[in-house]
Amino acid sequence: MIHFPILRWGQEYKSLELAKVEHFLTGEPVAEVSQANPGIVARDLRKGANRARDVLREIPCADLLAMVKKGGELFKSADLPLGDGVQTPDDFVRQQSATTGLPEHLCRMNMGKLEYVLAHLDDVLRSLTRRLDYGILTRGYGEEDGVMRSYQATTPVLGMVLPSNSPGVHSLWLPIIPLQIGLVLKPGPQEPWTPWRMAQAFFQAGVPREAIALYPGLGEVGAAVLNNSSRSLIFGGAATVEQYAANPGVQVHGPGFSKILIGEDQVDDWERYLDLMVESVAVNSGRGCINCSGIWAPRHTREIAEAVAERIGPIAPLPPDDPKAELAAFTVPGQAKAISADIDNALKEDGVEEVSARHQDGGRLVPMERCDYLRPTVVHCSSPAAAMAKKEYMYPFVTVVECPQDKMIGAIGTTLVATGLTEDRAFARALLDARNIDRLNLGPVPTTRLNWLQPHEGNIVDFLFRPRAFQQAS
Amino acid sequence: MTMESSAAEARAAQAKTALDAWVREIVEWHFNPDTGCPFWLDWARGAGWDPRRGVNGFDDLVKFPHFQDEKLRGGPVRRWVPRAYADRPTFVFETGGTTGIPKSRVAQEDFRIDYELFSDTLPDEHFPRGGNWLMLGPSGPRRLRLAVEHLAQHRGGICFCVDLDPRWVIKLIKKGWMEHLKAYQDHVIDQAVTVLSAGHDVKCLFSTPKLLEALANRLEADGSCLKDTGITGIFAGGTEFTPQWNRFAHEELLDGIYMTPTYGNTLMGLAASPPSGPENGYKITYYAPQPRAVLQVVDPDDADRVVEYGETGRVMLTTLTREFFVPRFQERDEGEREPPCDQYPWDGVSGVRPFSRLASATTVGVY
Repeated sequence: MIHFPILRWGQEYKSLELAKVEHFLTGEPVAEVSQANPGIVARDLRKGANRARDVLREIPCADLLAMVKKGGELFKSADLPLGDGVQTPDDFVRQQSATTGLPEHLCRMNMGKLEYVLAHLDDVLRSLTRRLDYGILTRGYGEEDGVMRSYQATTPVLGMVLPSNSPGVHSLWLPIIPLQIGLVLKPGPQEPWTPWRMAQAFFQAGVPREAIALYPGLGEVGAAVLNNSSRSLIFGGAATVEQYAANPGVQVHGPGFSKILIGEDQVDDWERYLDLMVESVAVNSGRGCINCSGIWAPRHTREIAEAVAERIGPIAPLPPDDPKAELAAFTVPGQAKAISADIDNALKEDGVEEVSARHQDGGRLVPMERCDYLRPTVVHCSSPAAAMAKKEYMYPFVTVVECPQDKMIGAIGTTLVATGLTEDRAFARALLDARNIDRLNLGPVPTTRLNWLQPHEGNIVDFLFRPRAFQQAS
Repeated sequence: MTMESSAAEARAAQAKTALDAWVREIVEWHFNPDTGCPFWLDWARGAGWDPRRGVNGFDDLVKFPHFQDEKLRGGPVRRWVPRAYADRPTFVFETGGTTGIPKSRVAQEDFRIDYELFSDTLPDEHFPRGGNWLMLGPSGPRRLRLAVEHLAQHRGGICFCVDLDPRWVIKLIKKGWMEHLKAYQDHVIDQAVTVLSAGHDVKCLFSTPKLLEALANRLEADGSCLKDTGITGIFAGGTEFTPQWNRFAHEELLDGIYMTPTYGNTLMGLAASPPSGPENGYKITYYAPQPRAVLQVVDPDDADRVVEYGETGRVMLTTLTREFFVPRFQERDEGEREPPCDQYPWDGVSGVRPFSRLASATTVGVY
């Protein structure tokens, strides 16, 4: 069986505790994963974190950029070490699908996305650093246009507690190595595949092994990564977001509550935007924080809900290797059932109606022997006050909420991506000024279509480097 | 059958005979109106059968229902004191109690006897007689604090202690106050480092895996290490004592210091473990201090069935001392049943960890 060791600054370590990762449909073990203990994490970080940055600083940023770009190519197309043998790109897709429940073609799409980001990483970094001379990040100071600039790394390594359910999020940590910051990764239990394969691709491309550590394990190991890294990213649910919201050393990525907001001036032409709405809700099986979970409009909401439901309601589970499969399975026992029950409960409120139900014989919950599916769900809310209007789940689920335009920004709550469909200057200005919206798309841009040159939930460069004053006597 | 296996079987049979005799003695003691405690005498009156007649050996204890530790909450604690010992000085030790009323266990000499028996398992070259101890574990109304101090004294040493309130630690975890949790752990480690640096010539340490790790990390961050403190033997306990942690400690923290893992709680004595290392995959197997306590590994769905060797089951404890009788208490732990060994000719349990069906509700490893 495939074995994933712990990577202690690039050195493989087989734990005495092994966790089996199973195929979500058959229950067959696909791999066994060495489980770290928190003490290993603490010890390695104390002993090796500074060394990780030091070895990276010996290599110019431009060379590291070239390495990770090469790593992107290898990630997408090369046979890379795994277990006692190698893993082909096709193996990767099949294996990732087998343990995460994501259809194979979506795994392949995410693989392409990661390769795309790496291929364009120089543009991404130029944008995120505002064209700063990388030498200034390496040295800590330098002159630009006759002005002394100084940036101090806030940490020698970035700790990351990664999820199992959305392989696309790995794009967020790809720019780190060229910034000469080491990587400390705690993979999601069902998704050891991407961090391992990316690390192997980076090593083959020339990135020093001492710069990357990989610690599979349970919650305590994630906590150890967070506790022992000065800067960390964590992915989780609303409770995780709340727990770390006030911690400046932790950047939390949780539910997105991304939305499409239709202005008074456009709502009578809502049908023009139907494709955009469907794409925003359903692409990537609705798993991403950038998937739309709320369509807000001042009128025609029932027709919008009906039209979206007609398009996505009939989508049904298909085998993971079917190229038409659009739904990912819920592989955590009881999770889909609990979500479905939560929806049933919220549907009891007046003015809340599940519009997609009539397109689904047998209901939204599709229980299977070893996993469950939830079919796309569209709910109409006649008022933003309904509790349902604030719901988001990890599958194609959307509420269509009737809300006057002037109440919209105040009522939507925190929103990671908002697509504002309006040409009304005043409404557009209000959207630009809304501090509860992170990424803003003005005009018909799906919420799921990201411009990688722009920051996502905060600029990672600002998170890792602190601008400061520096003077040197001549 | 080889001579070795037949000798082992003979030792096991001998141990079973001794256990049966001890069970009869203890049941006679606890259910005799002149010697027993009010709780069990009351129980027998309502049970409709006389344990003194119905119990002829360990296997007959199945006639008792599983002991419910909820019975230990609240007073009067005197109901647990055997009448024959009513005039002896009595301690009360608590477990739980972060919220609500803790469970209490009365004790007089038991903790001393248990730890003196345990002392016999400690190798003198690593736990030198006369050596001083540091108790890096919970303080307050806990049996462990006094028991470790007695162990040190029994071996001719003096025990230094830290202040550690596990109830506050559990509150911090439940509230999600992780920064405070870290600060509290630092506070405890500060105390330990102070003792170790104060010229007290500490040779022996009690610690839990978490605190031992934190102590080792602190010492290394300060440019020192556990070995430099002069400690030569560590007695450690806790359900997070996994083979992987055991290996990690031996390979990366201890630098040759001897460590002996143990399993115990307020209701039982102390289950010791034979040495473990790379030769047995760092597997830790605990053996109860029979006949004073018996550990069984039982089917979680049918606690009357002891599982086969190597099979996983729930840990069931029976405590059999003159001070305390606890029949068939189902612990909040699970593990694998292990066969008798040279040192302990009765069943053991390995891989002890929180019982998986209760694990989500249990806060473990708090100190």
